[in-house]
Amino acid sequence: MIPELGNFALVLALLLALAQGTLPLAGAARGTQSWMNLARPAAQGQFVFVAIAFGCLTYSFVTNDFSVLYVASNSNSGLPLQYRVAGVWGGHEGSLLLWVLMLSLWTMAVSVFSRHLPDDIIARVLGVLGLVSVGFLCFMLFTSNPFDRLLPAAMDGRDLNPLLQDPGMVIHPPMLYMGYVGFSVAFAFAIAALLSGRLDATWARWSRPWTTAAWMFLTLGIALGSWWAYYELGWGGWWFWDPVENASFMPWLMGTALIHSLAVTEKRGAFKSWTVLLAIFAFALSLLGTFLVRSGVLTSVHAFATDPKRGIFILAFLVVVIGGSLTLFAWRANRVGLGGQFDVVSRESFLLTNNVLLAVAAGSVLLGTLYPLFLDALNLGKLSVGPPYFETVFVPLMAPALFLMGVGPMARWKQAHVPELATRFKWAFAVAVAGGLLLPLTMGTWTPMASFGLLLAVWIVASSLTTLASRLKQTPGSGIAKWRAQSRSYYGMLLAHMGVAVFVVGVTMVKSFEAEKDVKLAPGESVELGGYTFRFDALNDVKGPNYVAVRGTFAVTQGASAVGMMYPEKRMYHVQKNAMTEAAINTRFTRDLYVSLGEPVEAGDGKAWVVRVQVKPFVDWIWGGCVLMALGGLLAVLDKRYRLATRRQSAPLPASDARLTAAS
Amino acid sequence: MHKSLFLFIILVCIGLSGAAPSRAADDAALEQRVQRLSEELRCLVCQNQSLADSHAGLAIDLKNQVREKLKQGASEKEVIAFMTERYGDFVLYRPPVKGTTLLLWFGPGLLMVAGLIALFARLRRRASETVEPSLTIDERARAVALLEGRTPGNPRK
Repeated sequence: MIPELGNFALVLALLLALAQGTLPLAGAARGTQSWMNLARPAAQGQFVFVAIAFGCLTYSFVTNDFSVLYVASNSNSGLPLQYRVAGVWGGHEGSLLLWVLMLSLWTMAVSVFSRHLPDDIIARVLGVLGLVSVGFLCFMLFTSNPFDRLLPAAMDGRDLNPLLQDPGMVIHPPMLYMGYVGFSVAFAFAIAALLSGRLDATWARWSRPWTTAAWMFLTLGIALGSWWAYYELGWGGWWFWDPVENASFMPWLMGTALIHSLAVTEKRGAFKSWTVLLAIFAFALSLLGTFLVRSGVLTSVHAFATDPKRGIFILAFLVVVIGGSLTLFAWRANRVGLGGQFDVVSRESFLLTNNVLLAVAAGSVLLGTLYPLFLDALNLGKLSVGPPYFETVFVPLMAPALFLMGVGPMARWKQAHVPELATRFKWAFAVAVAGGLLLPLTMGTWTPMASFGLLLAVWIVASSLTTLASRLKQTPGSGIAKWRAQSRSYYGMLLAHMGVAVFVVGVTMVKSFEAEKDVKLAPGESVELGGYTFRFDALNDVKGPNYVAVRGTFAVTQGASAVGMMYPEKRMYHVQKNAMTEAAINTRFTRDLYVSLGEPVEAGDGKAWVVRVQVKPFVDWIWGGCVLMALGGLLAVLDKRYRLATRRQSAPLPASDARLTAAS
Repeated sequence: MHKSLFLFIILVCIGLSGAAPSRAADDAALEQRVQRLSEELRCLVCQNQSLADSHAGLAIDLKNQVREKLKQGASEKEVIAFMTERYGDFVLYRPPVKGTTLLLWFGPGLLMVAGLIALFARLRRRASETVEPSLTIDERARAVALLEGRTPGNPRK
């Protein structure tokens, strides 16, 4: 009964989405107020029904209703409650439902926090979101229905993939999807602006906080995924350029470009068409990412052929979304004015160069991710594109972007002078060079790679602080008042850029100075690595709720002082019968110690194991940097000027607004 | 970047082997070479993992083979050639540069050059095209009003 209610709620949500996606758009085109007024209630109603459907599926999971095919495939009566709830988004169908729930949540948020927007704009934005929702609801109802029954019901479920039975996996997909789906709001604003023909600075201002919020969630989502891979997969890697990872990274790169491009459009009214294109592509890559990960096309091109219904729907949907919006773009974009004037050397140009680099980076990741699929589909041979390729391609693209990141915030809008910038940054640059040359020595060895990475990180910090100092100097007032006079979005940017520096330090230090050893160890023996001694003390059997495990006990010492005890496990889950490596991690501010159990060694008394021990300097800075970036995004979203716009009820000022902002 | 690091390590290794160092240093250098090489090779029975990262039996066997080959004096290139001959290009995480991978290797560079040229051309053209619009008298009055915090009369609809 409950699954049928869920199914029915989805159908009702689809009908509401259809209403939301057609009438308000038509109303905005014809100027029919009553049709436009439909957008808000339809969006809110849709949210209610999608939430009911989501609740029904969750109920089926919690009550172990194995007559629902999706529950039987992704859960088990022995599964702990929190993972039964997380199991809702553990497979293809449920992920789609989570996607739609997030979409209706964002739509709902837009409908509530948009009182200040003109009626036709809000009708168009909600209308576009409604159409996206129609696509997803149809995809779910016609090809991937999570409520399909399994009759007769299974005795028990096939269990959730043990890899996903982890707290990190409970929150990672919702965060990631909040990000993915959030870009649909930026997309809807862009399409609404194209439709209305009012592609101006006010549009950029409306769209900015939403885009930044989406970017913030995506940043956290990716960081969580990377952290989860690090501690759960058992080999100590934090990023492997796996297609699944790339799928989330591409929209992030595009979204980062979009945020910066929106800044130019809002402040200077320039490069509007480019901003619109970025909004379209960021969303298109989010869609592609969702489908790549869940459709099975990545494991094998041929999975696509065995279930052509899903594949064809996906392709058609992508073609309609991308093709449709690009056609609209081609039709409308030539009416867009050029906006404020600026020189070849100016903050605008620096931001746009960064934009090009980020977009090219996203394009390269896309190329590397899809290349083996295309080659295989065309029967031109099987190929692996892995970390060595991506690192070779990525570092030369990102290094200049990181350099420009330091210069941009100091450069003047409209017209900057290279000699002036050089004078202002000479100390920051000197500090960066000195830091790059000397800091690697503190780790014992000097490599060009480590030196270059640290140079960039120090450069970002030093140049950002130089800019902060000069801003404070120019602000009238004294002490605290100077600091308070800077806007929240400025502090947000500063914090996010510092986050990038912290991230770069983490990546550089791990890549350059990590150490690892695979050794055969029996209880009582020990291994030495990077100044630490890992003594294998004991091996015990332990019993978990739905698994059995062997647990090693390791005592770690550094010289004469004890560092701590570490307990890596090897788990065997009852249902799916695969072995899981649970690494033990000892975290300090500047390093992680990582111990994981490999395989038991057959020879001898059977007590010896292949053990992998690793010392990972500064690895936590990678995720710390991401958290700082996200916090920066949060500060920027909370900037006063977005709320000022809410209170000011008069119609927004076109064109002249941008000029005033630039002049002030 | 990665490639140059790779070369650097190879050069260091060559330097070390020429200087006939102690056994321990020799072992450490060998292990480092094995590690670097096995990061470039795919574990064929895993989802998507390098030999260096995998715990799988086959991966460990292959890693041992790499070690043996290097110990016998084979160069990195020879080991890669040996692996490719047995398992095809699929085993390499750094795809070889050849006809079918030209686009893969040179695409990003071309994209960047094209993107930067297009941007620069656009910026130059733009700088000469746009004229900074000047405020009309009405707009100026309105701007002054706004700056002084008064509500301007006659807002544009």
